[in-house]
Amino acid sequence: MAVERVGEIRGTGLPLRGDDIDTDRIIPARFLKAITFEGLQDHLFEDDRAQAANHPVSNPAYAGARVMLVQSNFGCGSSREHAPQAIYRRGIRLVIGQSFSEIFFGNSVALGMPCPTASRETTEALIAAVERDPSTELAVDLGSMTVTAAGQTFPLALPAAAREAFLDGSWDATGLLLEDYDQVRAVAARLPYVTASW
Amino acid sequence: MASTLLRKVWDAHTVRRLPNGQTQLFVGLHLIHEVTTPQAFDMLQARGLRVAMTDRTIATVDHIVPTRDQRRPFLDVMAEDMLSALERNCREHGIRLLDIASGQQGIVHVIGPELGLTQPGMTIACGDSHTSTHGAFGAVAFGIGTSQVRDVLASQCLAMEPLKVRRIDVRGRLERGVYAKDVILEIIRRLGVKGGAGYAYEYAGDAIARLSMDERMTICNMSIEGGARAGYVNPDETTFAYLRGRPFAPQGDAFERATAWWSSMASDPGAAYDDEVVLQASEIRPTVTWGINPGQSVAVDEPLPANADPEALAFMGFSAGQRVQGTKIDVAFVGSCTNARLSDLREAARVIRGQHVARHVKALVVPGSQAVRAAAEREGLDRVFLDAGFEWRAAGCSMCLAMNPDRLEGREICASSSNRNFKGRQGSPTGRTLLMSPAMVAAAAVAGEVVDVRQFAPAEVALGR
Repeated sequence: MAVERVGEIRGTGLPLRGDDIDTDRIIPARFLKAITFEGLQDHLFEDDRAQAANHPVSNPAYAGARVMLVQSNFGCGSSREHAPQAIYRRGIRLVIGQSFSEIFFGNSVALGMPCPTASRETTEALIAAVERDPSTELAVDLGSMTVTAAGQTFPLALPAAAREAFLDGSWDATGLLLEDYDQVRAVAARLPYVTASW
Repeated sequence: MASTLLRKVWDAHTVRRLPNGQTQLFVGLHLIHEVTTPQAFDMLQARGLRVAMTDRTIATVDHIVPTRDQRRPFLDVMAEDMLSALERNCREHGIRLLDIASGQQGIVHVIGPELGLTQPGMTIACGDSHTSTHGAFGAVAFGIGTSQVRDVLASQCLAMEPLKVRRIDVRGRLERGVYAKDVILEIIRRLGVKGGAGYAYEYAGDAIARLSMDERMTICNMSIEGGARAGYVNPDETTFAYLRGRPFAPQGDAFERATAWWSSMASDPGAAYDDEVVLQASEIRPTVTWGINPGQSVAVDEPLPANADPEALAFMGFSAGQRVQGTKIDVAFVGSCTNARLSDLREAARVIRGQHVARHVKALVVPGSQAVRAAAEREGLDRVFLDAGFEWRAAGCSMCLAMNPDRLEGREICASSSNRNFKGRQGSPTGRTLLMSPAMVAAAAVAGEVVDVRQFAPAEVALGR
């Protein structure tokens, strides 16, 4: 299983304003009609982009960004992993926001894409800095839980379990879950609906 | 010590505490469908893994199935590919697939309960956010992503953060024309679309206790729209009566013994909650959404808030202070995992019996499962709808999310019994969705505009119970 550690990420930013941006907007359902995740990056925010001439995802100034900057309750709605997949496949390696939906957050962990949170002031400052100068480099360190941009350092937050998982490379859970399978069988054997021993 | 259902179920399914502090949780029932699983099976294969417990996973097909012409191969090549992949994966791994030929196919959150697969005290996972529906039975059920589907296939387990519990106590009686859909829309309006983050919602109180299982499912279904990954109702006699005799439920004496275990999993009196909220049922009115998330709603006879989100107003073409009542609609959709069960269809039919859909409205009824469709036909509901000018379709997710031929065109406005009014949700990037109860959808179909079902239906029509 993957033992890739995710500790430090540097790169330019992609600012995306708006609260409650749902996964239907991130990747509209018609692009889920496929049996692989390949090519999803081409349709990231497709309908929003068609309706907003200057959408940040279409803006060449933000091409090559590795850090996405969002606001509150990002990724709410459908559980489709296609949403973080489309973001990741577009080159983003980390998303900083005020808050994330739990399912989106978990799906991102499973891809090795951390989604640390920051205060409204911090996300606003980061978005403003990147909008002012798209070449601004953001340096995120999950060890110190900080992001540095334009000479300023801001605190980030991440649940302890997710942070540990990124730092020690155990964010891919499958191996962990299979480690001690006798214990799994023991739990199953105690559940009356599994054994039909009512 | 007094404990909540969530805590009891969580403890009974805990395998161990993982080094990172998460819980390794055993998943009692894994439901799968064609959209979020093909990549999971590929990942499994790439790692040389097999499905750990094949008899704890059940598959059906719902999102991509056409609801009109279901002959194979499907006209949509990509839809055909997805169903073929599911068939192949189920065959290779020995997983039971309830397909269109089975007579038991339908929306995954409709068939799990109606087959008796969904039972109290279980943990249930599915690669679909509306898995919270199954909490209506006192199960702990949540939506997962594709990588987690892979994990459950490989290990029958998930790595999970613990959830807090918010008890939502709904007291008193719902008035005529006010439905479970209105209750959950009101809860989301009050607590917000992210108010449930980190929580499971326990729906309680005498108003919830009086609800049927179909109604409880409607409420639990939309927990995720309030940001709560799971929602549940404690199991009671209503739950047991529903389950008795269902194909996958325990039979005979075993059923009696099962009810003892199920009852033991319910929250104890005096259990401590992380938060508690009280709502008065009598204050809830027929509710409609006006915006682009399910928290943006008003009572049908109430003006839009003065501080309504400008982005949502602009997208929807509404202005602050306006009423949704009187909004002309183009499409009426009765369907989805929220509101396409037999009782939903009965309520919609009751409202429009003997009347006709407005000339400019396209109206369709899409039963949640083949079993719902058959039961409705035995009661003659199909005739009521067809005579009124509704289309009567085959079971599937249909226009809830438009991964199939059913979708809005352009800026059409749809009165919809589904669960999401997100931009583009119903298939047209500029299409507009007004969420409401099935009875309200049916009334809007006939009136051609959003109306208050309490006035639309003559006083002698007993709405609801």
